[in-house]
Amino acid sequence: MSKYLKLTVAALALVAASPAAAEKFGLGRVATDAEVAAWDLDVHPDGSGLPEGSGDVWTGETVFADNCAVCHGDFAEGVGNWPKLAGGMGTLDRKDPLKTVGSYWPYLSTTWDYVNRSMPFGNAQTLTPDEVYAITAYILFSNDLVDDDFVLSKETFLDVEMPNADGFILDDRLTSEAHFVREPCMENCKGEVKITKNVVFKGDPNSPDDPEAEPAAQEAVAEEAVEEKAAAEPVAEEAVVTEAALDMDLVAEGEKVFKQCKACHQVGEGAKNRTGPILNGVVGAALGHRDDFKYSKTMAEMGEEGVIWDEANLATYLAKPRAFVNKTRMSFAGLKKEEDIAAVTEYLKSFPE
Amino acid sequence: MTDSSGIKGPSRRAFLKAAAASVPVAAVAGAARADDPLITEVQEWASGLGEGVDATPYGLPIEYESDVIRRNVEWLTADAISSINFTPIHALDGTITPQGCAFERHHSGAIELKKEDYRLMINGLVDRPLVFTYEDLERFPRENHVYFCECAANTGMEWAGAQLNGAQYTHGMIHNMEYTGVSLRTLLEEAGLDAAGDLTDKWVYVEGADASSNGRSIPMEKALDDCLVAFKANGEALRMEHGYPVRLCVPGWEGNMWVKWLRRIDVSDSAVESREETSKYTDTLADGTSRKWTWAMDAKSIITSPSPQMPIKHGKGPLVITGLAWSGRGAITRVDVSKDGGKTWETARLAKPGERMALTRFYLDTTWEGEEMFLQARAMDETGYVQPTKDELREVRGENSIYHNNGIQTWWVQPNGEADNVEVS
Repeated sequence: MSKYLKLTVAALALVAASPAAAEKFGLGRVATDAEVAAWDLDVHPDGSGLPEGSGDVWTGETVFADNCAVCHGDFAEGVGNWPKLAGGMGTLDRKDPLKTVGSYWPYLSTTWDYVNRSMPFGNAQTLTPDEVYAITAYILFSNDLVDDDFVLSKETFLDVEMPNADGFILDDRLTSEAHFVREPCMENCKGEVKITKNVVFKGDPNSPDDPEAEPAAQEAVAEEAVEEKAAAEPVAEEAVVTEAALDMDLVAEGEKVFKQCKACHQVGEGAKNRTGPILNGVVGAALGHRDDFKYSKTMAEMGEEGVIWDEANLATYLAKPRAFVNKTRMSFAGLKKEEDIAAVTEYLKSFPE
Repeated sequence: MTDSSGIKGPSRRAFLKAAAASVPVAAVAGAARADDPLITEVQEWASGLGEGVDATPYGLPIEYESDVIRRNVEWLTADAISSINFTPIHALDGTITPQGCAFERHHSGAIELKKEDYRLMINGLVDRPLVFTYEDLERFPRENHVYFCECAANTGMEWAGAQLNGAQYTHGMIHNMEYTGVSLRTLLEEAGLDAAGDLTDKWVYVEGADASSNGRSIPMEKALDDCLVAFKANGEALRMEHGYPVRLCVPGWEGNMWVKWLRRIDVSDSAVESREETSKYTDTLADGTSRKWTWAMDAKSIITSPSPQMPIKHGKGPLVITGLAWSGRGAITRVDVSKDGGKTWETARLAKPGERMALTRFYLDTTWEGEEMFLQARAMDETGYVQPTKDELREVRGENSIYHNNGIQTWWVQPNGEADNVEVS
């Protein structure tokens, strides 16, 4: 038995023997039922904690497209470096296994719980229980785990069989690695010493100019490297921003508001397209103006028709994105306050192309 | 000038012996060498005035140290919000990590949460569900402890082979601070655990206030043993990026469990099996099965200098080899260093006796004659565990574990003093 276990058993014995003897300080206050209900959202593998509600696969497809596909792909196949949620069955014992909800996650509760509390990224805790049921149903369908007429609810929850439910063992290091408790060798511990593996990324990973770092990085992380190269190409776009003095206080306010956008958008020197396009020079440019970013069809078409990101259009879009650009890929609910919209617009104006 | 011909017998021999011993020094000192203007000329700083007090109400390191900073590797993650960076361990000494350069790991970005807006709830199988304010926490008896916090994915890129060239990148997902806070046990007892009944099979689910809702299940025995609800680190308030105003310390266990912006402690009779304890932070073995609940960080060490970011620039002669060792299962008792890739080992000097769940600094004061070295360090902890080689780990676990890579690191120091990350036979 490890020292840790001995110690903790002693600690437990103490508590078990005299729980009432623990000193109370009378600090804090009793939590109300509503407070506990507001925060106690976690769902356990047996489904305890699930709220009322339900969602079917086809509703899930729509909700997923609106809220999740921008990062996870229309078919949960993942975009760029963002997680793939489907596929990967039978890959866990191979090199670079693909771990998805279908191939790896042992409990369905984890998916429901995570979508409910932590997603969408940058807009968490905005989905209704029905939407979470629907998204979860769609993810299951994407993994071929349910048929297209499946409806997920509290009642059907435990009917779903997760393929890798039995794929886990408890930490067994203290037995399977007990041979690492040993007398260390000090002399003549091995024969010839030869290099078997040399460093893959020799240069500083933060210096793209390093002649050694870049080719290596591109080989190993081909996808990302291609994306970055594309982003680095100069954009031949004529920004039509009218030269006007910026209200620097408003710019500063806007920088704070922009935190909500940062999960997907970059601005400034060295900005790159991420989930969303670079926003340098966006004010005054046509919708969908960047050649190096894949916009939604609607956004691209509106741009071709000559719709410009002037301040009025930006304000309408930022207040309710889908109302202005139908089926935009931007999964952002919108800015509620007019002053936030004005501030973030001023901030964006401070980044001409 | 002494006339040596006048010296006779033993005293002459003594003189010659002394002269012979001091030849290198004499050669250097005697060489015609220009006077150092930094000494012979009055420098600006020795004549004019420096900055007054209040020039920097809260000081940052001097500009000459501007490269000693956290760094990330952009292509490792999809974006910088849900990402990680690395402590510049190669350039630090001692054991305490300054907060300003201690690694960060966020799942939904670092949030700004005011003390006034902070609430901590204890609910579930407790006698009375309670809500504490920040001020409430400061009224409980406080403790001070130094603990390391290591991300389970530290060194995770190296499972398949030597990937990144620098101790910061291979081993920098770690920091070590002196925390001030209230024991989790104190808070649990304040809420009362009678309602939980038999505590041996109970769990505590801890959750953060940020959008990721990062939450982990901790067995009650650990919760009552040494977990700390911390609000100060290294004497000052936690930094935003480390969970201001309150985070949890789970000594010796993987960093993901050290929930930042701690907002809820839920006593229950089963583990939640949240995303971070099922789909992540589980270790897949070669046969495709995965270990779960691999909480403790095994004994590990790293030579921080010389290393790829800290080449030897001073040429032959005295050399200090130094590094860090730690174990999540107790105190470090010994660190050995090898210069020949593990054929022969010598025991390093610990700067201070190892402390439980805290970093230990080691030094090997040695001489370098410009030879090629394959530098390795090997840690031992109080359980008798000896840090394994990377190949020994792969024999048990395969290459797909991602987490908990505590294998011995090799730096190949070349005759020009530069060092590279390699693996050796």
